[in-house]
Amino acid sequence: MGEAAHEIALTVNGVLRRTRVPGRRLLSDCLRHDLGLTGTHVGCEHGVCGCCTVLLDGEPVRSCLMFAVTADGHEITTVEGLADGARMSPVQRAFAECHGLQCGFCTPGFLCTVTALLRENPAPSGEEVLEGLSGNLCRCTGYQNIVRAVHRAAEIMAEERAEEA
Amino acid sequence: MKPPPFDHHAPRTLAEALDVLAATGEHGKVLAGGQSLIPLMNMRLAAPAHLVDINRLGGLAAVETGPDGVRVGALARHAQVERSAGAAAVQPLLRQALRLVAHPVIRNRGTAVGSLVHADPAAELPAVLALLGGSVRLARRGGTRDVPAGEFFTGPLESALGPGELAVSAFFPALPPRAGTAFEEVSRRHGDYALAGVAALVRLDGGLRVAAATAACVSAGPVPVVVDVTAACGAAPAGAADWEAAARAVRERIEPEDDIHASADYRRHLTGVLAARALREAARAAVEHADGSAGGYAAGSRAGDGG
Repeated sequence: MGEAAHEIALTVNGVLRRTRVPGRRLLSDCLRHDLGLTGTHVGCEHGVCGCCTVLLDGEPVRSCLMFAVTADGHEITTVEGLADGARMSPVQRAFAECHGLQCGFCTPGFLCTVTALLRENPAPSGEEVLEGLSGNLCRCTGYQNIVRAVHRAAEIMAEERAEEA
Repeated sequence: MKPPPFDHHAPRTLAEALDVLAATGEHGKVLAGGQSLIPLMNMRLAAPAHLVDINRLGGLAAVETGPDGVRVGALARHAQVERSAGAAAVQPLLRQALRLVAHPVIRNRGTAVGSLVHADPAAELPAVLALLGGSVRLARRGGTRDVPAGEFFTGPLESALGPGELAVSAFFPALPPRAGTAFEEVSRRHGDYALAGVAALVRLDGGLRVAAATAACVSAGPVPVVVDVTAACGAAPAGAADWEAAARAVRERIEPEDDIHASADYRRHLTGVLAARALREAARAAVEHADGSAGGYAAGSRAGDGG
């Protein structure tokens, strides 16, 4: 079938990337297949599991519920873009420290969601953390440690802000 | 689990979008936030031949508030409307309902108008529009029409939107003086579809007695079910109205269905409980609104799962 291809340009993790995609290419598949960024995981492909969550212009969105053509001209941050060079981000360090992952499949989505959550709300309550995480599923059911990791990440970020001040 | 092929159209102006919709007719479908449409396409339950992607029509993203109400543009995301202090002041039910729509990440992308056009009887915003007596503005090449909520929702996932039409905005009327609202629902997890949910609007007279009370129920029929319970609860003082009688009136009117999550009987029971709870809270907010200064006053919507 001769599906029309669209030229798109995305800024992914700070790098301008150009590619050609059919209209139906999901952003999640564009990131993984066309751009080779396989850190973004694809679970349910209907917006329920949260594994494919990325940041679109800084806001967390489901990359499986967006066409790559719609993202043309926008900035995307994937899990590969969260670290500062070789140093993991505070959220990543907290997940490692608190063992906030078992198999790791859901982790990229959690990391992107939590990164945005803590930017909006640097000291969330227990209830706010639960609500913030409610759209991400972990089938290893390691939620206790994930919740602990979010609070720990908030602590690390507060400490780093205090050191900078 | 991949969407079927389609022709992607990315108009730069509203006129261009309407031209494409006119040319493609029943084969054309509008893509805004995509949080309902793309799952349907990924599951191959929908296969439009043409998608008219309106995400470049920034002019449709406006949320305009005035003394008479809030007009929400087709590209305004749930999160944007939820954050709007102006919209919450003019019509507090918007923010109360939007907090219950899906998960925050979905609300970053999904649009309020898209939710109305999707016309899911289990969704919150159709109930809000129906309760408030709002309307949806439909544009097509060469004309525009405003369809009142009562005529807009025609069945499950069916609306009055015709081929070639684009829902450009929706209008949510302002909270009247001495009135209050509330939205109560129960879902298994925060962000899941509600097993049952009720939006309530209570208006008081000058003596702070109930002048009008209505409830809109989700998952209670093929379209949002609006029940006028004014007669049932009596013209009593706001704090002493018979909300249990109102709940009985609601239970008699609704037609919930069985599914794997809940039986129809349980949904009917639950809807009554939530109706009494929402009406009582709306009446409390109405008293506060009457006591307070001019301008809307958001009722202290309970955080958490709404249960």
